Amino acid sequence: MNRRSTALAAGIIVACVTGSFLALSRIHAVYPASPMDDVLFISSPEFVKKASLGYSGLLADIYWIRVVQYFGRKHLRDSKEYKALAPLLDITTTLDPNLVIAYEWGSTFLDQPPPSGAGDDAAAVELIRKGIRNNPNDWHLYFTLGFIQYLGQHDYIGAAQTFEDGSKVPNAHPWLKVMAAKMLSDAGNPETARYMWQNIYNESTDKNLKENAALHLACLVVDQEVPQLESLVAQFRRRAGRNPVSWRELSALGLRSIPRDPTGLPYVLRTDGTVVVADAKKLPFIHAGNPG
Amino acid sequence: MTYRLRAIAFNTFREAVRDRILYNLVFFALLLVATAPLLGQISIGVQRVLLINLSLTAISIFGIVISIFVGISLVSKEIEKRTLYPVLCRPVGRGEFIVGKYFGLAGTLFVNTAAMSAGFYMALLLMTHNFTRADANILLAIYFLLLQFLVIIGLALLFSSFSSPLLSALFALSMFVAGTFAMDLRTFAAMSQGPEKWLARAMSYIVPNLASLNVITRVAHDQIIPPALVAYNTLYAVLYAAATLAGAVIIFSRRDLK
Repeated sequence: MNRRSTALAAGIIVACVTGSFLALSRIHAVYPASPMDDVLFISSPEFVKKASLGYSGLLADIYWIRVVQYFGRKHLRDSKEYKALAPLLDITTTLDPNLVIAYEWGSTFLDQPPPSGAGDDAAAVELIRKGIRNNPNDWHLYFTLGFIQYLGQHDYIGAAQTFEDGSKVPNAHPWLKVMAAKMLSDAGNPETARYMWQNIYNESTDKNLKENAALHLACLVVDQEVPQLESLVAQFRRRAGRNPVSWRELSALGLRSIPRDPTGLPYVLRTDGTVVVADAKKLPFIHAGNPG
Repeated sequence: MTYRLRAIAFNTFREAVRDRILYNLVFFALLLVATAPLLGQISIGVQRVLLINLSLTAISIFGIVISIFVGISLVSKEIEKRTLYPVLCRPVGRGEFIVGKYFGLAGTLFVNTAAMSAGFYMALLLMTHNFTRADANILLAIYFLLLQFLVIIGLALLFSSFSSPLLSALFALSMFVAGTFAMDLRTFAAMSQGPEKWLARAMSYIVPNLASLNVITRVAHDQIIPPALVAYNTLYAVLYAAATLAGAVIIFSRRDLK
């Protein structure tokens, strides 16, 4: 083959490949792929484990990446349904029963109410119990279970028992014992929740866990501040016989500046006297001050 | 005899290097270098575990593929190219030829695995910035992988001593897959009755027990490997490989090479 023929063949290859890419992009435009988010090609964890031919560790990591990507994609779309989340987590933790991070984070993904999570307390508890069965000496799992029982299910007795069990695990953090006592004496108090999140924030080495704890602490601040501000508004209404139209009108009641939420945005004073945050998406776990 | 074995083994190693088998090391290094920074971006909290799993699985798969496909061609290529005859005309026994070939390929795989392991440890250092005591534990998993390769090379040589390269590859691959299910065969035997029970039990002893030689996931979670397992795995792999090698020597010694 002479040089000219080679150049011609190379030109044909480049032209054909470029043409096929362009054609494919047109095909994708007129015939989009069906969404595969909730499709599980193989649903049996045991089968996947056998088919891994002993390389189940790597496959578990790949499934875990898929869990994170699946959750992240759905979360970004504010999805209300996470159908494949629990089965994916089951496969991941069957492939590698010691992958503690998958139990910890997976149960959080399952437990948090939509759109922050699947809002499936039962599946979250089932997953974390599986984690404890496979890793009975890891106190973090007891903590996560107690945490879900406390905040997700409001099962304070169960949470107290779980924190107590976790405190007996070797090298368990001392505040599990404190949490067990607080569950029995003071579970409904927001200070208890603040104590827990502060400890998570202080103890976590993982950046994502720390950020999540900081966000929950910020939301607890909002939950505390909004009723206080609404109480000031109520005082003003009693005195003036109407709702205030701006924060400045409340200066006489001791409000020195425009109140701001932990994200730095000013609280919004509505005409009906209620106080809400300016951007609820930045504070997804608030109970008070949600504009709805 | 030692000199002759060493000469055949060294030539086998040299041939493997000339066949560019060690090129997979470049691919392996690129894979790790490209993967390590990506891991943190697409997942949560499993960067180290994933790097260990990925690297050791790659070492294992590359090693097994080389063991099988180079192992089956060790004898057949010599016959096909008629290079076997000048060797056997010299004072070299057929048994020495097979054993020498075995050690030559084992040496190639040792060098291959050592280089891949060095690449893996470099990637680990890049990710974690320092080594811990648990990282030394990973060497045990790599050692077990080497034992796996010794078993597989023995099987590949055994099959290639009496069948065609294609069938040998098929047999060796089947034994590898069956070997990963050796534990399940024992469970199956325990659950069965009558002849099936004995058949399953016999099969569980015949196929290589590769499951116990794969502790990748355990070392990824810093679990301690009991010294007894190291000792028994070593004993088992050496005995199994020696048995397959002896079988290959017997069959090859009686084979009609005309």
